[in-house]
Amino acid sequence: MKKLILDSLGKSKHRGSNFRDLLYNNEVRAFFFQVITFVLVVGLFYTAIGNLFENIEERGINTGFSFLNNRAGFDILPFLGNIVVDYTPESSNLTVFYVGLVNTLVVAFIGIILSTLIGLLIGIARLSNNYLISKLAGGYIELFRNIPILLQILFWYNLFINIFPHPKQSLAFFDIAFLNQRGLYLPKPIPEDGFLFVTLAFIIGIIAAYFIKKFFKKKHELTGAHTSTWTYTLGLVIGFPVIVYFLIGSPLQFDYAVLGKFNLKGGMAVVPEFLALTFALSVYTATYIAEAIRSGIEAVDKGQKEAAAAIGLSPIQSLKLIVLPQALRVAIPPTINQYLNLTKNSSLATVIGYPELMSTFGGTVLNQVGQAVEILAMAMLVYLVISLFISLLLNYVNKKMEIQGR
Amino acid sequence: MSVFDQQSTRKPPISQIGAVLWLKTNLFSSWINSLLTLASLYLLYIMIPPLLDWMIFNASFSFGTVNLFGFDIKFSEAMATNQNCGREGACWPYIYEKLYMYTYGFYPRTETWRPNIVFGLTALLFVIVPLVKHYKHKNRVTLSLIILYPLVSYVLIAGGFGLLMPVSTDQWGGLLLTLIIASVGIIVSFPIGVLLALGRQSNLKVIKLFSTLFIEFIRAVPLITILFMASFVLPLFLESGNYFDKLLRALIGIALFQAAYFAEVVRGGLQAIPRGQYEAADAIGLSYFQKNILIILPQALKISIPNIVGSSISLFKDTTLVLIIGLFDMLAMVNLTSNDPYWLGRETEGFVFVTIVMWAILYTMSRYSRKLELRFNTENTN
Amino acid sequence: MKQLLKLTAASLLVVGALGVQASTLSDVQAKGHVSCGVSKGLAGFSSADSSGTWTGVDVDVCRAVAAATLGDATKVKFVPLTAKERFTALQSGEIDMLSRNTTWTITRDASLGLNFAGVNYYDGQGFMVKSSLGVSSAMELGGAAICIQAGTTTELNLADWGKANGIDYNSVVSDTNAQTLSNYDAGRCDVLTTDASGLYSMRAGANDPSEHVVLPEIISKEPLGPVVRQGDDQWFNIVRWSLNAMITAEEIGVTSATVDMVSNNPERERLMGRSGSTHEYVGLTSDWTYQIIKQVGNYSESFERNIGVNTPIGIARGVNALWSQGGILYSPPFR
Repeated sequence: MKKLILDSLGKSKHRGSNFRDLLYNNEVRAFFFQVITFVLVVGLFYTAIGNLFENIEERGINTGFSFLNNRAGFDILPFLGNIVVDYTPESSNLTVFYVGLVNTLVVAFIGIILSTLIGLLIGIARLSNNYLISKLAGGYIELFRNIPILLQILFWYNLFINIFPHPKQSLAFFDIAFLNQRGLYLPKPIPEDGFLFVTLAFIIGIIAAYFIKKFFKKKHELTGAHTSTWTYTLGLVIGFPVIVYFLIGSPLQFDYAVLGKFNLKGGMAVVPEFLALTFALSVYTATYIAEAIRSGIEAVDKGQKEAAAAIGLSPIQSLKLIVLPQALRVAIPPTINQYLNLTKNSSLATVIGYPELMSTFGGTVLNQVGQAVEILAMAMLVYLVISLFISLLLNYVNKKMEIQGR
Repeated sequence: MSVFDQQSTRKPPISQIGAVLWLKTNLFSSWINSLLTLASLYLLYIMIPPLLDWMIFNASFSFGTVNLFGFDIKFSEAMATNQNCGREGACWPYIYEKLYMYTYGFYPRTETWRPNIVFGLTALLFVIVPLVKHYKHKNRVTLSLIILYPLVSYVLIAGGFGLLMPVSTDQWGGLLLTLIIASVGIIVSFPIGVLLALGRQSNLKVIKLFSTLFIEFIRAVPLITILFMASFVLPLFLESGNYFDKLLRALIGIALFQAAYFAEVVRGGLQAIPRGQYEAADAIGLSYFQKNILIILPQALKISIPNIVGSSISLFKDTTLVLIIGLFDMLAMVNLTSNDPYWLGRETEGFVFVTIVMWAILYTMSRYSRKLELRFNTENTN
Repeated sequence: MKQLLKLTAASLLVVGALGVQASTLSDVQAKGHVSCGVSKGLAGFSSADSSGTWTGVDVDVCRAVAAATLGDATKVKFVPLTAKERFTALQSGEIDMLSRNTTWTITRDASLGLNFAGVNYYDGQGFMVKSSLGVSSAMELGGAAICIQAGTTTELNLADWGKANGIDYNSVVSDTNAQTLSNYDAGRCDVLTTDASGLYSMRAGANDPSEHVVLPEIISKEPLGPVVRQGDDQWFNIVRWSLNAMITAEEIGVTSATVDMVSNNPERERLMGRSGSTHEYVGLTSDWTYQIIKQVGNYSESFERNIGVNTPIGIARGVNALWSQGGILYSPPFR
């Protein structure tokens, strides 16, 4: 007790005056602990990495990143990744990495959109006053939330390839799009000279629509007169490019899929592996998003809804203008976390052979080359970057929400 | 004689009572609701009957004679074989035949009582913990259970002590292995997670930095990359000629992974503790460890319990991933058992069976966690 | 401090272990079991039956080595490995031998620090299609979707074959052979390609085996055999000659049923260890080959029991028949 009082009264005076004081001095202790931790962690790393090099040499495993330039030599299921980076078995292992990366990002992107839509729908349905709808939504959440995602991916994949028809009996949509076991075949657009202008028109349309919306919003704030802008938006974003397109003389050809000996040939095939993976991830992640949305909506004060009804807003208007904006503030942070989970879970595609990062680069290449350290490090780096990006997004959203809240 | 006769009360209109009223208010309150109701009913109609056909009406239940608790129940003359089982419906005799593999893996048949006791203990644990909540020494009981349960389970399953014959880890499999991975993952990672959470909240810069780096790194990458690291790279980190058991490698990976998630959950609890508690602990002269063990952690952990259970449920779901690195958990058994030359091509039955079992366990766990949540919620609002 | 002590003790043990490790045989005899890496489930080669007992032709090689070194064919610790893990497990010393339908190639033999101890099954990559397609040759497969399993030489062979023959195809890759089969069965692809032995076992697992035909083309050589670590010639010899003993026993007509009969065939007496001193050269007891034949059987018994025509897999001996019966199976003499 005496020591304590001394310590608190005259730290500087007594510091280091004798060994016992030194031992019980908080700052010295803190320093001491940190040094120990530092030495332990660095020592651990040092030993592990030393052993690593020794083992690698002893077992004759190659090191370094030169394997990235070697010929890959195997096929990858043709999907977006192959098209974007132009992959053939003659390409390098580095190209495989890019193919996997593109395919991972595609699944993540589409999955995030789809899971948000399903989640929103189910979250609202969960609170519906229709008994059947609310119970079905509840059943959906309890069912899909409590089955491991790996099983769900396997389930949807095997379901899709079994219930879709054989290529020779494809479900056709006016000979333009086809659906069968081998995937969804869409016409492949082949842009010609001048298509750049259409793209340009599209971008201009979006920008113009944005400013028009802003203008009417300001008007609404100033005068209270509400103008519906969706016709302008539609006209500018869709109509304008379409007009430009026909003015220039249809500078776009389509390659349609046709039935070959075994398969549909040509066109753009969305493989069932992608459909199943995206669907499974969305359905699973949507259960979490739905719960987030539900708790968000439940967190909105009942008085808000009553007030909205009192000023004569319709239920749809009330939901869109009053309830959802407030509910989203609660729901968005957990939802963004789920986006990260979805992206990470896409690595499970290896069980159905969708060519994403972990099944092509972290799978086949790892198996051919055997350099686990380099390959896993590269794969982990990709996920780290994605995660960092999503964290930044979360921070940005949180900040924006905070300002609006005050 | 009465002046006027009492008339019997008129029955309320049919639309205002019982089933009709319920239907009207709950299913057909507006035209849009009616439409949704009909659409939902149609959805159920196209999904449920084929499922029932496959699982029950077209399925084979020819188990032969089954001995259940000493009673012989005769399902059919002889057990169906893969050939005469049919392919239109499920072949449940396959599951019956492989039930041992799905439950215990390669565990010696003569020693089945050992995992059985562990299964029983596990179930009992979930029953006892809520029961003792009003008992005076509940903390002591709970604590000793938490320490004793893993010890007893390990001794029983691994054996090698006294009369128990040793059973090596490569013989553990199926549901047993799933439970082992999940429970070891949870029990081992919990203290690490608490330390990491304290480390991240610490004033010591170096410790804070390392804890934060570790947590953020692990949380950013998928579990499968960590399992690959544990499986392929970890042996390279050890001195040559040394290797860990395959299961142990996976467990290390899973424990480190789960520790990062627990750390974040506990940190959430720590942040919810009012500053005054820290200051009061400092004021009465408690050391750092006394302060945390006696004052802060008990409160923080209590707040975190629902999230801890939630995170444990996630881990349980993630145990299925060990199949990718070649361990025989319940899901991996599907592949193994349907590669038996005499039972080829029965993956679907296997997957459906595993799905049902996993769902039942996970659903029970999530109900349990909701109960905990409610309990702690009410206590907090009081 | 305690940690440091533990570490020191551990490293001392390691140094000690390195000394002992020079002889895998004494290591195995000290442990009392052979650690053998097998497949995670390939019907007829290594799979577990309903009681969890491993069976298959690859498994029988492990059992033969256990019978030879420990006198008990059941003293095997089976370590199921994925295609990715198999070589690392052998290199790190986790297993004593690998018998996991592994193709013998120069890269694996010469650059991974491993030795192939022989061939227990001559395989080759083939194609299977649905008979309804009316395809009779692999050359007609242009434009087809082909199902393959990831992480094997199969993927590379297929790409080479497609390039060499100018055949354009879509490959559909799966992680396990079970998923490959269900892909093919459902119609996700037109063609299934893998080692011919695998094609037969997959056909046996299909909904209706008669609906599928295996095409005549074999596009690669796949000699499958047991593998050991480099640097222990005694162990290498034990594994190689355990396999050879099974083949020789078939040549001279010894089976597990007739092994106890005494005959006046000198080669047979030598094989049974009743004369000669082959056992001394490999450092085992004189009954080592006797134990193999008694407990595991000769090559033909193992083949017929696991993958032969009377099993659901139904593979004919083909090239795996003895050299004297039109095949290429051949064991150097026991002399």
